[in-house]
Amino acid sequence: MTTMTIAKALNAGLRRALEADPKVVLAGEDIGKLGGVFRVTERLQKDFGEARVIDSPLAESGIVGTSVGMALRGYRPVCEMQFDGFTMPAFDQIVNQVAKMRFRSGGRIAMPMVIRIPCGGGIGAVEHHSESPEAYFCHTAGLKVVAVSNPNDAYWMIQQAVASDDPVIFFEPKRRYHERGEVQETAEPRPLHSAQVLREGTDATLVAYGPMVKVCSDAAAAAEEEGRSIEVVDLRTLSPLDMSVITRSTEKTGRLVVVHEAPGNVGLGAEIAARVTEQCFYSLEAPVLRVTGFDTPYPPSRLEDDYLPDLDRVLDAVDRSLAY
Amino acid sequence: MGELSGLAGPRAGADIDYVQLLTPEGVRIGNDEYEFTGDDDQIAGFYRDMVLTRRVDLEATALQRQGELGLWAPCLGQEAAQIGSARALGPGDHVFPTYREHGVARCLGIDPVDLLRMFRGIDHGNWDVEAHRFHLYTVVIGAQTLHATGYAMGLERDGLVGTGDPDRDAAVLAYLGDGATSQGDVSEAFVFSASYNAPVVFFCQNNQWAISEPIERQSRIPLYKRSSGFGIPGLRVDGNDVLASYAVTQKAMEHARSGNGPTFVEAYTYRMGAHTTSDDPTKYRLADEVEHWRLKDPIARVRAYLTRSGGADESFFARIDAEAEDLAADVRKRCLDLDDPSLVDAFDQVYAEQTPYLAEQQAAYAAYLDTFEDAEGGVG
Repeated sequence: MTTMTIAKALNAGLRRALEADPKVVLAGEDIGKLGGVFRVTERLQKDFGEARVIDSPLAESGIVGTSVGMALRGYRPVCEMQFDGFTMPAFDQIVNQVAKMRFRSGGRIAMPMVIRIPCGGGIGAVEHHSESPEAYFCHTAGLKVVAVSNPNDAYWMIQQAVASDDPVIFFEPKRRYHERGEVQETAEPRPLHSAQVLREGTDATLVAYGPMVKVCSDAAAAAEEEGRSIEVVDLRTLSPLDMSVITRSTEKTGRLVVVHEAPGNVGLGAEIAARVTEQCFYSLEAPVLRVTGFDTPYPPSRLEDDYLPDLDRVLDAVDRSLAY
Repeated sequence: MGELSGLAGPRAGADIDYVQLLTPEGVRIGNDEYEFTGDDDQIAGFYRDMVLTRRVDLEATALQRQGELGLWAPCLGQEAAQIGSARALGPGDHVFPTYREHGVARCLGIDPVDLLRMFRGIDHGNWDVEAHRFHLYTVVIGAQTLHATGYAMGLERDGLVGTGDPDRDAAVLAYLGDGATSQGDVSEAFVFSASYNAPVVFFCQNNQWAISEPIERQSRIPLYKRSSGFGIPGLRVDGNDVLASYAVTQKAMEHARSGNGPTFVEAYTYRMGAHTTSDDPTKYRLADEVEHWRLKDPIARVRAYLTRSGGADESFFARIDAEAEDLAADVRKRCLDLDDPSLVDAFDQVYAEQTPYLAEQQAAYAAYLDTFEDAEGGVG
């Protein structure tokens, strides 16, 4: 077991992926010499060469579109979108090409690509550097979407995503890149598309992913001091959702609060609430509640602490759920 | 715009500076840089390709008019650009088409009925892209130029470029239209292919019209000049001249295979038909213009040449016409015989590893179909 940051764990996982399969290539802006603006790809170009760790021109559609071509040639490209907001210039290639290629070909053509997206706010950045665009991609048939919250998942899930024959949108919580945690490099990892109960509880369930997992874990710890037993589920996979873990927990506690940074309107929380209502109607003691970013564009950074769900807003929602 | 447009007359093709090896009258002319070295048998083969392509294209248009296809995008008038460029391909080369490359598809061994399946709404592309080296039709304008560039980068990483072994070296031919040159993806494909010296040739059929938008709306300089700003050599060829289209593509592909990077080819041609069967070109262009281009027909000039050279006689032309009729009848019959697809099967084509949610939807839909007592055409 080793202790490392999420950024280092991703780096180690990508290194393992590059070692395991010569068809794995990395592409993105500044990922070579610089090692990426978050240093996730540090030293990889030095060790694996410019043909496999590709410094790209500043054109996101070009990065993804040429990666589609490389995937068609049998490569397994891992693209880095430098920031969440800069994914949008590649939106057409992702949604119309990456997602649909297999279906277009009647299932003949594989699109084994990973698109890494540093996501979410909390780093005091300028506009377009703090967004949570996951719902767009979850809404798109043909894509799979995951979000990591800790170093161990970062290390394993990036390798599993690279090995997947389906295209995976891979969200990395940028404000937690430098938080440390244990990585079990020899233990068998859990399946990529599975949720995990991080903390057992009996009174209510908190479901979160990516950067909000820590907020929810902290909230559950605070609630415990007040005598409340809160279960915390880390979704890990956003599309497909691992509903079995969510429904099992909801049936146990009878109360569910979904937390994400992305705006609430038509977000992951809405989908989860709908499915839980369909599947656990008679187990619910309260309506499914959501704690999310507001339905404004992401605000200037001096407002982001107010905009982002925090421990108090999560506990407020838990109180409201328990009051039913 | 005059001078800037680069067009002597509006899309007339008069006094256009381009590579031409066979005049509209069927006379072969010389060129300092490009030469067609094949014999009359090869030219007769081009003739056959073009006639058969046109006949299938006309049959598909008729099938759409009769309600048997949802849509068709005719390639009428562009046969020389397509056959000439596609016949110049080597055994390891790959093609990334738009949705109008029916003549190219023929040269790469695609069954015309596989094209009709798409336009009949059976599927989105049913051929083995690697076996045919002909990738799926791409409908989003220009998106395929990036795929072609990435594929070419893959060929290079596979050690298939610039080895000096002509049986081994390979490159990619990316088709696009004049309208696509306005797309960001095409500019990005130029940037990436230039930056990585990728073995790709961009073959732009400038058919003068992007639905109703004329070429003047896309560019104030001749299209072939645009690539020089990206550091990519560009040239213009008479796209209604199959010999010039062949010679130019052959040289550009050899340049790419040898490791010398991308080339942009503007094949100057004309879309004689509608953009698609849903389009009405009489609303935006003059019959005069179409008549002018009819005199430059790509097939008529080859026939005139072969007749004059003695490379083919009337019996040959009659035989090709009969073959075209048989092909059209066969394509029609097999199109009408196509089975309708089942939505239940579609669920299996989304992911390599099926998701539980989609499997549930599939099962629920199949069960729903079963609730109909006369579930005709239901679950397969």
